[in-house]
Amino acid sequence: MRIRVSLLVVPAALLAACGNGGGTSAASPQAMSLRGTISVFAAASLTDSFKSLGTSFHAAHPGVTLQFNFAGTPTLLTQIEQGAQADVFASADTTNMDKLNGDGFTTGTAQVFAHNQLEIVVAAGNPKGITGLADLAKPGLIYISEAATVPAGKYSLQALAKAGVTVTPRSLETDVKSVVSKVELGEADAGIVYATDVKAAAGRVQGVPIPAAYNVVATYPLVAVKDTKNSAAANAFIAYVLSAAGQSRLESFGFLGA
Amino acid sequence: MRRERVPIVVVALAAVGAAFFILPLLGLLVRSPWRDAVSSLAAPETIEALKLSLIASLSATGVALVLGVPLAWIYARVEFPGRGVLRALTTLPMVLPPVVGGIALLLAFGRRGLLGSWLDRSFGITLPFTTAGVVMAETFVAMPFLILTVEAGLRSMDRRYEEAARTLGASRWRVFTRVTLPLIGPSLFAGAVLCWARALGEFGATITFAGNFPGVTQTMPLAVYLLLETNQEASFILSLVLLLISLVVLVGLRSRWLGSV
Repeated sequence: MRIRVSLLVVPAALLAACGNGGGTSAASPQAMSLRGTISVFAAASLTDSFKSLGTSFHAAHPGVTLQFNFAGTPTLLTQIEQGAQADVFASADTTNMDKLNGDGFTTGTAQVFAHNQLEIVVAAGNPKGITGLADLAKPGLIYISEAATVPAGKYSLQALAKAGVTVTPRSLETDVKSVVSKVELGEADAGIVYATDVKAAAGRVQGVPIPAAYNVVATYPLVAVKDTKNSAAANAFIAYVLSAAGQSRLESFGFLGA
Repeated sequence: MRRERVPIVVVALAAVGAAFFILPLLGLLVRSPWRDAVSSLAAPETIEALKLSLIASLSATGVALVLGVPLAWIYARVEFPGRGVLRALTTLPMVLPPVVGGIALLLAFGRRGLLGSWLDRSFGITLPFTTAGVVMAETFVAMPFLILTVEAGLRSMDRRYEEAARTLGASRWRVFTRVTLPLIGPSLFAGAVLCWARALGEFGATITFAGNFPGVTQTMPLAVYLLLETNQEASFILSLVLLLISLVVLVGLRSRWLGSV
């Protein structure tokens, strides 16, 4: 099984690196020469897709080991600004990216690598019969959200405002994943998360679509962190995420392309 | 008495050890914006978190006294098979990661939990996302400190006073309230204060079991954690307040109840 995966992944990654041009045009020699460990600080909603991207990147660049730190975007921002050793920062919004950039912690230009959409997450089988945003205000229904500092929390507020729905969340969680897990555990009836989070937990929870008129498109930029000690590997990873192979992998997790 | 010569290695390692604890405190002291201290502390969010923290931690201490003293009494006075195991189970949260405690509480008292599903079905009571949930999480994590302290007090007290009171015709309840409780007063007080301080600082079990909402479940430590992302200066000041409370508790306990400093 393991062999089959790597056989599929390696050529795809190499092809992608070749096709991307620019910095990685000398894909093969560079793939051999890249060494070391890089830390990727990525928004919680990227957990599954980035782990998968990491596996295929490592297959293409065996000398590079990736360490992931997944958390709510503002938490990552705080960690980097307090001196955490990060090489790549992948944000779930442009606001936090702009802040990191404005505070002088980035190098190069942040590049948008994915988009995402909101969905209502409910327990598998949708026992409360939720059909749209308006249902979140039903009396007795436990709706939870993310803190407004977390991009998903901010987007949720925007979507609810567009739909003219007023609802007080029972809890403001620190990232989207804990909203999903509390709905899955049955402690909460519904929350607003990314479509990709619903897809990642398919079977255990299910999604209720939010119409385009009310939906908010989340923009995901990523950048190399200024104090990176391995900018070659950091930039190679960024290039891989933006490559055709990286993009199709992100799409397989439900993201909309850059 | 001749002063003992202390080996230099011991002094050096002890100094590193002490610095390890003192430097972080200094960091907070140095980085705290003293000028904004008053406005940070007077912010409605802060007051709300502080009020909730006090209510919840005092309630947790109250619950711990009501349930923990009988447990301590049984551990100290009654021989029965499995006592060691039971004691270990009821003091486990002292070493358990609080997040694990929070998950365990969800699986027991959550809406789908072992007991929680019955509470929800029969009475419509759900504990997560409520202040009662915060009190439960804090009690779960903090009560062991009270149990162990009170048990130690009960074991070290002189039981002849109780026997004397009994022979003079006092009822068992009267002996307990008029003889036993005053005799273990210092341990009871120390246990309650330790328990309260632990409850006040509780984070992991609270955010996991009770969630986070200002005025309902957002206690001081949760507010500190979230403020770090929006208003770092305020979070430093709040951290300092929690730190001072802990320091006062420890120094006060040591000098008054646990022997001299």
